Amino acid sequence: MPALWIQKARVIDPANRRDAVGDLFIDDGRLVASLSVAARKRARKIDACGLVACPGLVDIHVHFREPGQTHKETIATGSRAAAAGGFTTVVCMPNTSPPADNAGTIQFIKDAAQRDAVVKVLPTGCITVGMKGQALAPIGSLRRAGVVAITDDGDCVQSNELMRRALEYARMFDLPVMDHCQDASMTQGAVMNEGVMSTRLGLRGWPNAAEDLIVSRNAILSEYSGAHVHMQHISSRFSVEILRHAKSRGVRVTAEATPHHLALTDDLLTSYDTHLKMNPPLRTEADRQALIAGLRDGTIDCIATDHAPHTDYEKDKEFDFAPNGILGLETALPVSLEVLVRKNRFSLARVIDLLTRRPADILRLPAGRLTPGAAADVCLFDPDERWRYDARAGQSKSSNSPWHGQTLRGRVRMTIVDGKVVHHVAPSP
Amino acid sequence: MPWTRRHLLTLEELSLAEIDQIHATAAAFKKILGRNVKKVPALRGKTIVNLFLEPSTRTRMAFDMAAKRLSADVISLDGASSSTTKGETLRDTAQNIQALNADLIVLRHAASGSPLYLSRILDIPVVNAGDGAHEHPTQGLLDTFTMREHLGDLRGRKVTILGDILFSRVARSNIHALTKMGAAVTLCGPSTLVPDWFTDLGVKVSHDLKSALADAEVVMLLRIQHERQSAGHFPSLGEYTSMFGLNKPRASWLHPKAIIMHPGPINRGVEIDSDLADGERSVILEQVTNGIAVRMAVLYLCFGGQPESVAVVD
Repeated sequence: MPALWIQKARVIDPANRRDAVGDLFIDDGRLVASLSVAARKRARKIDACGLVACPGLVDIHVHFREPGQTHKETIATGSRAAAAGGFTTVVCMPNTSPPADNAGTIQFIKDAAQRDAVVKVLPTGCITVGMKGQALAPIGSLRRAGVVAITDDGDCVQSNELMRRALEYARMFDLPVMDHCQDASMTQGAVMNEGVMSTRLGLRGWPNAAEDLIVSRNAILSEYSGAHVHMQHISSRFSVEILRHAKSRGVRVTAEATPHHLALTDDLLTSYDTHLKMNPPLRTEADRQALIAGLRDGTIDCIATDHAPHTDYEKDKEFDFAPNGILGLETALPVSLEVLVRKNRFSLARVIDLLTRRPADILRLPAGRLTPGAAADVCLFDPDERWRYDARAGQSKSSNSPWHGQTLRGRVRMTIVDGKVVHHVAPSP
Repeated sequence: MPWTRRHLLTLEELSLAEIDQIHATAAAFKKILGRNVKKVPALRGKTIVNLFLEPSTRTRMAFDMAAKRLSADVISLDGASSSTTKGETLRDTAQNIQALNADLIVLRHAASGSPLYLSRILDIPVVNAGDGAHEHPTQGLLDTFTMREHLGDLRGRKVTILGDILFSRVARSNIHALTKMGAAVTLCGPSTLVPDWFTDLGVKVSHDLKSALADAEVVMLLRIQHERQSAGHFPSLGEYTSMFGLNKPRASWLHPKAIIMHPGPINRGVEIDSDLADGERSVILEQVTNGIAVRMAVLYLCFGGQPESVAVVD
């Protein structure tokens, strides 16, 4: 592999407090401080003038559907979608068919990732057998098999007692426990946020309280057990306050927010567009503002996409019957730039931090930094380029995105994993 | 202003002028219904499919009757006999119906928003005959038509809707129509079934029956469903009746000339005393009869008819 010399980029590396125009050097798959004169001559030179060079983005919440639902996505197509979005490390949720609740399935995922993926695809395992919330999965074996966290994503563990034991047990390995916070008894048949809009549209509501209760529970059990609990896709304003309070007490909790919860609200649902149906649902403007404030003050630690592919025919249904979830990987960066940098005056470096070092640190992944010696995972993007996002032409196998057909601002131009260019697009004219 | 809509999906999206047009058209058709020969050739050669994927008696029969009075051919399909029980999607079912040369679909469906969804897929008009807890526009039209017959102009008139509002498409359609007409709408019932979010639609919410009924010129009762009890929305039908059931003493709180309405089916002795349902203030069966004229008007207009041409359709 030739050495790479990325020239005249605006290098933003929050972990190393770097934000300056300069060069990046890559040799033998690793970032290096500089290249020898001879190596510079041989190196592939990349003119990055006008582009930002940052650590490859890290998404700790994706669904790649393999094994078992490969009509929606595969590790191959999902990883290409990740690369197209600037992501170099992604963490897969275990709600595959069968669920990733045993070492064999984890090995299958790792083998597929090794064979097919163009970015780093890391598995999580289930908290409970079959994600049924009844008996603990073999968490020690899952750990040995290489999971980076455990979660019953989508099927939040309802029993407080079982969750307590799961946390105590995971604490033994210092394995993070990720939780999709939803009190299922309060959300039977729910398809959207509960409130004025659900009342108007006659759709079953999913109240904020169902999230707030579990966020509170998890904070309490985290403090009690000493385990690290990561709250997935926080959507409710009160949950942000609960997290803020828990963190001020020193409880080991972290949290993520998705680009769609940061950008969209339930007002849009008058269209009954199933590309606006996800779990947790889009909430109100007050919730959206609270999420942004939470990201600003560090209460919410990172951005994660909850990339959830579904085929057109699965989404093309009555709103009640369509599955939850939307794509996220290929639009996360431009949407985050729009909402946070342009609309809410976050610095570019801050947003990059939320997409790189912060998520990596939550799961203690060796990613998200441009430190010499680290794996050469790099994202090059044009923060201002406008481009039309065509979900059908995207890299994901599915196209269920609310941003399909829209003009977005900020475009990933190159993604490099271990020194290898895995995604590259020419600038639009 | 000519009628331009092909679909009837909600009353929320209609203007007051459009509601007036439907009512005027319905009034003309109602005259025809009073004659010996109750049929006009307006929709001769047209085929209407009543796709009822949720049970219905009144609405389905009224649509059936309305179509036949307009000389259309009607085919009715219910959930049990349609391919949806074999897993066919709504899109495929509807596209097949269109491919069979149907000219209009009347849809009753448990999922809110499904008529809007179909209207985007099909080339033929879609009429909403009730979608989930969202809207039941023809019911709202026939209810307000009946109110206007008795009260005339509804501006400033107090209309109280009482019962399970949360899950009621009838309530939502009536709310949209009545607020456009300038009526003063009060919703009443247990707080679990009448959340404050409804105030966003321009109505009052009350959990005090006496003040809700006081001087109301219309009280519309909605059926209390037993299922809501098991889901914890109220403790028992007995307690509901004791707090919110309409009986003779409570009816005396109403305006002296108030009318009592109910979209049916009625639970006698639960939301309304049997005597009141059959009493002289009850217009419950008039509502049913008006349902034919209103649905004739809707079908006629969605097929491109104009309100002023009704007089000459026969």
